[in-house]
Amino acid sequence: MSTERGRIRITGFDADRVESREPLSDWTEERDTETESRWERAWGEFRDNRSAMLGLYIVALMGILAVFARPVTIAGVTVQPFSLAPYDPSAILYVQGLDVSAYEAPSLAHPFGTDGSARDVFSRVLYGGRFSLSIGFIVVSITAAIGLVYGAIAGYYGGRIDEVMMRLLDLIFAFPGLLLALIIVAVLGKGYWELVLAFTVFGWAGYARLIRGEILKVKENEYVMAAKALGARDRRVIFRHVVPNAIAPLVVQASLSIGTVVIGVAALGFLGLGLPPGSAEWGTMLDATRETIVQGPGGTIPWWVTVFPGGAIFLFVMSMNLIGDGINDALNAQEGTDVATGGEV
Amino acid sequence: MGLRRFIAVRVLTTIPILFGVSVFTFAMVHLTPGDPIDQLVALNPQISAAEEAAIRARYGLDGPVWQQYFTWITNVLQGDFGTVINVDQPVGPYIMDRLPQTIALGLFGWVIALLIAIPTGIYAAVNKDTLGDDLSRVFALSGISLPNFWLGLMLILVFALWLDLWPVLAPNKPLFSPAMLKYLVLPGVTIGTASSATLMRVMRSSMAEEMNKEYVTAARAKGLPERTVVLKHVLRNSLISVTTIAAFLTASIFAGAVVVESVFAWPGLGRAFVKAISGREVDLIMAITLFTGVTIILANLLADIVYALLDPRIRYD
Amino acid sequence: MSLLEVEDLTVNFYTEEGVVTAVDDLSFRIDRGEKFGVVGESGAGKSVTALSVMRLIEEPGRIESGTIRFDGQDLMELSDSAVRDVRGNDIAMIFQDAQTALNPVYTVGEQISEAIRHHLDYSDAEARDRTIRLLDDVGIPEPEARYDDYPHEFSGGMQQRAIIAMALSCDPELLIADEPTTALDVTIEAKILDRLDRLADEYDTAIQLITHDLGVIAEMCDRVMVMYAGRAVENAPVEELYYDPKHPYTVGLMSAIPRIGDRQDRLQTIPGTMPDLVEVPSGCSFHPRCPFAEEACTRKQPPLVDPETGDGVGLSDRSAACLAYTGDLDSELDYEVEVKGGRGSPPDDTQPDPRGGRTDTEPLQADSDPVGLDTDLLDRDGPDDSGGQQDG
Repeated sequence: MSTERGRIRITGFDADRVESREPLSDWTEERDTETESRWERAWGEFRDNRSAMLGLYIVALMGILAVFARPVTIAGVTVQPFSLAPYDPSAILYVQGLDVSAYEAPSLAHPFGTDGSARDVFSRVLYGGRFSLSIGFIVVSITAAIGLVYGAIAGYYGGRIDEVMMRLLDLIFAFPGLLLALIIVAVLGKGYWELVLAFTVFGWAGYARLIRGEILKVKENEYVMAAKALGARDRRVIFRHVVPNAIAPLVVQASLSIGTVVIGVAALGFLGLGLPPGSAEWGTMLDATRETIVQGPGGTIPWWVTVFPGGAIFLFVMSMNLIGDGINDALNAQEGTDVATGGEV
Repeated sequence: MGLRRFIAVRVLTTIPILFGVSVFTFAMVHLTPGDPIDQLVALNPQISAAEEAAIRARYGLDGPVWQQYFTWITNVLQGDFGTVINVDQPVGPYIMDRLPQTIALGLFGWVIALLIAIPTGIYAAVNKDTLGDDLSRVFALSGISLPNFWLGLMLILVFALWLDLWPVLAPNKPLFSPAMLKYLVLPGVTIGTASSATLMRVMRSSMAEEMNKEYVTAARAKGLPERTVVLKHVLRNSLISVTTIAAFLTASIFAGAVVVESVFAWPGLGRAFVKAISGREVDLIMAITLFTGVTIILANLLADIVYALLDPRIRYD
Repeated sequence: MSLLEVEDLTVNFYTEEGVVTAVDDLSFRIDRGEKFGVVGESGAGKSVTALSVMRLIEEPGRIESGTIRFDGQDLMELSDSAVRDVRGNDIAMIFQDAQTALNPVYTVGEQISEAIRHHLDYSDAEARDRTIRLLDDVGIPEPEARYDDYPHEFSGGMQQRAIIAMALSCDPELLIADEPTTALDVTIEAKILDRLDRLADEYDTAIQLITHDLGVIAEMCDRVMVMYAGRAVENAPVEELYYDPKHPYTVGLMSAIPRIGDRQDRLQTIPGTMPDLVEVPSGCSFHPRCPFAEEACTRKQPPLVDPETGDGVGLSDRSAACLAYTGDLDSELDYEVEVKGGRGSPPDDTQPDPRGGRTDTEPLQADSDPVGLDTDLLDRDGPDDSGGQQDG
């Protein structure tokens, strides 16, 4: 070692030698060159999530059972001839000459027993899925779409437009969703499409807030700036560049909201403000059986009329929430902020 | 900006929002075709056009909508909320009769939610990915997936009818007596379950997020016991994010009250609201809606102030 | 007996991608009052080593094997509560980013005095007094008033000073400083390092200084360990490392420092990047980036040996892990170390004022810092702390 002290300069460490020589070993820096898209990867993740897959199977099964419970006829043409439910859900069985009375306990012939009007609870629960599931999916599709547009406009334009649009959201958030749905039902009356409207009119607010936040995040990205600089029209920039990037959290929120809507629909049914009495809708069925519990009938309690319809709601919502959590994990959309809410409306 | 000033500004900005809430409430009920008089006329075809106009004038329904709003809000600010037609009683006293019942139920639900959620959330975050964490997650997911009306019915079925531990209906006794506490348990648990599940999930994720921060490693590097690290350093930071959902939880307690009071025939505001909807009691619907909106806005305000007290940074932002 | 003796330390992280050996069979020692530098690119295992010494490795990490003897006592054998008595008390840590290492919701004073109350059994008032003295020692003006400030009311430099005060609060024998100045700008960095240097002498505290900045090491340390991919590749007293580097990686790091006056066509760099530790190259993990590598390097993992004799060493002051010293290579490591113009000799025309070296090289530093190393090395004069409070 030199004893001299001063500025050091090293020569002979020749990087070119590394680059020009044949690699000494087959080790390379790049591994697992991932060609899968984000969605393919997410689906892979989701498939490995056992509880989410269980939820998916249950929802699929309940959907199939609801569709095939009774034949479906559109404009006089039977498009779905199968009938898995053993009885007509609205048939009063002793009227049809069967030896069946009201509140019969579960048996082989009637696995979920019969209700207060001697109708087959099993058939009604299967068929009832049609109402809850279809309203759930319709409401979520419409509200997500409205929320997407509303949030995208507010977030993209910003400024005063955003300010006004957000104040309206603040007002909607000052009221519980169920309360607003009840008021709409009070104004419009009962019925299937009235229920859809009750949860649609204000149900988009949550999506709008979410999308706006996401848009604000993506908006500053270079590719959006570039598209704007190239003179792309606003609408085109929003829907071609900004929205696709904000869609992942929307999917998570939508999957978690289906359960919320289904509970809300059933709650209105239970309060006697959903579908007409006697409908085979899960919440309405529970409403019809309240007398058996609150008044406490002497002798045996027909627990089956309470357990099965409510259990169906719980099973469906739980499965939907498992799916939602699974999607959330798979997309890793909202890291650390899984303020997922599925119960209250 | 000091804490005091922060609170003052925050209180002042609440005033226009409260105004907005009143407009929103009024609009919800009035911007639909028809008004109560139309219904009255439809039901009583013998009413002449002149009589109809006179009735409209009497109820202040003859002017443009903004004028009607102005009449309504002026009355409201003077404490006149209109009439419950069905029982011919002013809305104010009608609500005051039922409000304590709902507050008792809501508070009970809140306390249950907090008592379950905070310790469970802390436990789950500290023991992440253990059996206990998995169980608490199953509890939380079930809690948010349970329809509260069904949970209420099942609790009655099991505890009141099968085990015969509780009577179902509360007797007509003064609310604030020890005997009544017993009757609060089932509806309280029912109303608190969903909130506690949501709160627990937020608590767990915010605790887990804070646990990964470097100040936690720094606190451990100081040699502090793990208990101090979690309960002193981490907890206070995660409670900050929990306060942000306080308003959401208040809303969910209100929504819960509507359903749960109906299940348990609990004589509170929620049940009154359902009756008002069925009976189209416009004044009562508006009054309860307004009350709910104002309460949630105030809960929001309170949450923001607590947030500022917990987080020293906010006062200077 | 050394203050700290780490032997055969191996730390694994069990991640989804596979098992990552962040620290692989590492041995080193630190003597009392010594300043020991650990240098390497990020991901070399420096911070994991530091956390291991305090037994602060958390899931999914695990200390697989090895002994960590502090003051003759094996920390690995201690109970959790006994380790907590050591942490903050005998061994303290200075974190890289003071802003995240301070809890935002407690006052700076409280965060310092809580350790004092805990370890030294001081009353609230005594702990407060001691904290105020410490804040004064680390150069925080008006320490009494600043005691009740929250971290966000401190500037970055003052936060780092507070972290140093926190580390010194219980008069530790070993201070582990993990990149203590990386988050700060250059002028404050110099002041803080100088302060740390003086306080360590004053408190008679040994320092393990972790950095990727060879300049910082040169300024403060007595001995250096160079780490690459979780292993020590060279150990040397600080001057020998700079004037006579033995391992090609060290040579590469030093060549990568640009200098004013070098008329080269382009900057010298170490080709490639450090391997991620899930899949480490076979043999010598540096071979894919090493210009001197031969086929033998892909097969045999070089042991740490005395570069003069090629013999295996224990906790030696001078060692390097390269097959060149074990006789396994066909050719020589053909690099040269030139030493130009000793200190005090007349400055050459490209660098008019050697004492102003830092200012001169600064523009270069901004955009040509290939491996994150400081641009001036050993050239730097002692920092001027006359305005110690300016960063506050």
